Amino acid sequence: MLLSPALAISAVLFTLGVAGVLFRRNVIVIFMCVELMLNAVNLTFVALAQGLGVGGQVFVFFVMAVAAAEAAVGLAIILAVYRHKQSVSLQNMNLLKDG
Amino acid sequence: MTLTFFWIFGVLAMLSALLCITRKNPVACALWLVVTLFALAALFVLLDAQFIAVLQVLVYAGAIMVLFLFVIMLLNLGRPAPTDIKGPVGLLIAAVLAGMLLFQLRVVSQATLPDAIRLPPGTVAAIQQQQGMVGAVANPLFDAYLVPFEIASVLLLAAIVGAVVLAKRKL
Repeated sequence: MLLSPALAISAVLFTLGVAGVLFRRNVIVIFMCVELMLNAVNLTFVALAQGLGVGGQVFVFFVMAVAAAEAAVGLAIILAVYRHKQSVSLQNMNLLKDG
Repeated sequence: MTLTFFWIFGVLAMLSALLCITRKNPVACALWLVVTLFALAALFVLLDAQFIAVLQVLVYAGAIMVLFLFVIMLLNLGRPAPTDIKGPVGLLIAAVLAGMLLFQLRVVSQATLPDAIRLPPGTVAAIQQQQGMVGAVANPLFDAYLVPFEIASVLLLAAIVGAVVLAKRKL
């Protein structure tokens, strides 16, 4: 039915999110890629809920709550870092790097 | 018919996700991500999860993306700037790793559910018919998943306090 197309689309979206995290340097764009990955997982949950019961749809709830909390705290951290470095590039966030 | 619409919105989601990760301007990235989220909401409707689709539009495409755009505008990142996409070596490494991941996920996406755990066809539709679209999600949420629900409220409270503490210049 719709299960295997949904899982295929979800796999492609998750891979695009991972690729975005790997080749971008802008922290905000990387954050958006993380949201993309969370959405790909949501699609998997909803697709499997069709055959396995509505528990999957309940889990999408919790994923959304965690994503909202993550977005609020993450963007606050980005604001705090920007205030110090005047930049949102990952290249300038190397306080823990040796040397 | 449903399958045709499913692939239309699925291809729309994948294309706009690709544009989202390749655009240079963060504002363009955010707007393409909104297109992806709307296409995913359409997919949720086609998968019989209408309430989740409404939540997707309200919470993701509405609240979370407005927060992103707000921060982009606040930091004035919309102006022309040198690209933040890594050089050829970084692109090659990212492409190889992403290709490997997609190769592994391909196996998962071809999986079929064993009959032992699969509900009889039409069970979920019957529950949704009987309890309503919202009730079918809300009843397990306040019954079997009550403790995770309460923990989620504590998590959101912690996130609110954390965001205020982090973003404020001086408490």
